[in-house]
Amino acid sequence: MSEVKYSKEHEWITLEGDVATIGITKHATEMLGDIVFAELPEKGSNVEKDGTAGVVESTKAASDVYTPVSGEVVDTNQAIVDDPSKINEDPEGSAWFFKLKMKDQSEMNSLMNREEYDKFAKESAS
Amino acid sequence: METKKTSLYQLHQKNSAKFVEFAGYQMPIQYSDGIVEEHKFTRNHAGIFDVSHMGQLFIYGGDDLVKDLEKIFPLDLKNLAINHSKYSFLMNDEAGIYDDLIITKIEKGFLIILNAACKDNDFKIISELLKDKYQIDLDKKRSLIALQGPKSAEILNYIIKGVIDLDFMSGGLFKFQEQDIYVTRSGYTGEDGFEISIVNELAENFTEKLIDKGAKLIGLGARDTLRLEAGLCLYGHELDKNKTPVEANLKWAISKERISQGNFIGSQIITKQLSDGVNKIRVGIKPEGRVIAREKTKIFNQSDIYIGEITSGTFGPSVNGPVAMGYVENEFSKKNTKVFLEVRGKKHPANICGLPFYKKSYVKGANK
Repeated sequence: MSEVKYSKEHEWITLEGDVATIGITKHATEMLGDIVFAELPEKGSNVEKDGTAGVVESTKAASDVYTPVSGEVVDTNQAIVDDPSKINEDPEGSAWFFKLKMKDQSEMNSLMNREEYDKFAKESAS
Repeated sequence: METKKTSLYQLHQKNSAKFVEFAGYQMPIQYSDGIVEEHKFTRNHAGIFDVSHMGQLFIYGGDDLVKDLEKIFPLDLKNLAINHSKYSFLMNDEAGIYDDLIITKIEKGFLIILNAACKDNDFKIISELLKDKYQIDLDKKRSLIALQGPKSAEILNYIIKGVIDLDFMSGGLFKFQEQDIYVTRSGYTGEDGFEISIVNELAENFTEKLIDKGAKLIGLGARDTLRLEAGLCLYGHELDKNKTPVEANLKWAISKERISQGNFIGSQIITKQLSDGVNKIRVGIKPEGRVIAREKTKIFNQSDIYIGEITSGTFGPSVNGPVAMGYVENEFSKKNTKVFLEVRGKKHPANICGLPFYKKSYVKGANK
């Protein structure tokens, strides 16, 4: 599996072959608070880099989930729809959001590595 | 304008509160446990809420004051016993609600608890209506702390002996460290609980004692989910100056005797609405799925015609699902009427339902 990359919208992404797995970062869940609702893109639909591909809601507010790369949705994680609190428990592990069959793997190049993301998250939080 | 801080600000900080500005105050929205845990803790144990931003209006006077206040509030105040409380409204001539409030008969006068965002305007309106005849004081020297949840009585009684004997919606003067504190058995979470009016200097010490006895600080976030599950209105959402108590489905709070007399501000409209009915009315709304319909969500009937709007909507941690309140046209307000809520461009099915969403069973041991 590839190195984990991160977006400025606080998504993480890993690549295995041409299939990317995408979720939201722990930092994002800490900003959102308790997540009580999740909506995911439909399987078979196509999503565009930086476009919306889902929604998460805390008790206070709704937030869009963006996709950091383009592709066709090949799988979604029903477990987090059924129990959204799983996203708070394990955001960067079992609580992934969706898997995409990527069209253009070069889209990964503009994303941040962990060190860059941690710095970005720290700066954007203050 | 600089944001104000309550006497408990440092205690909130010490307990890792996240702050938001609310009605000009820096208030804790949540602590480290988060809204869902804080909500459940209140339902199962006892939560402490700093509500010191709310107004504590003291008005002193005799029989004339009772008569003058009855011209303002639709309550039978002359028969309100000492230390008893009533929920009521400050209205305009069209019966639009300026504020909802709790009024308590105290020694030599009344104590009125007002919403933070409305208190200065309320004070101005009430002062003008009373024409400087009475001593009236929007207190700044006292904090207001609510303790809510099934363990509240036991915990508070350790610190203030005797509070356990108070009836719901009644209160009394007690002592804490030789200072007067005024305690009422009331609250806004659907739980048993108390509100304690205490001088600012002692507020932190008093709150720390509650924490020592096992209560936890709870933020405004959980206060909102708790009151919504309990079907209680929040000013600025369910209530405002364009809505009347009859439309808000709060006619139970208006004294029947006072309606028959009809001599209070807004009484003409209230009487008319009670006999003719209203066009729109507040209802509970339960979405069928998990989707959360928030404030301003449009409501449609089964023929896809717009019938109203959501005024509050969130996820109810004790209901374990979405809950909402809103106003719909009267003919669609019956329980179990199917409606549709437009969220992010999609229409989601929901049902009009009775309130509250969450009803406490007071049988001992039933809520383990």
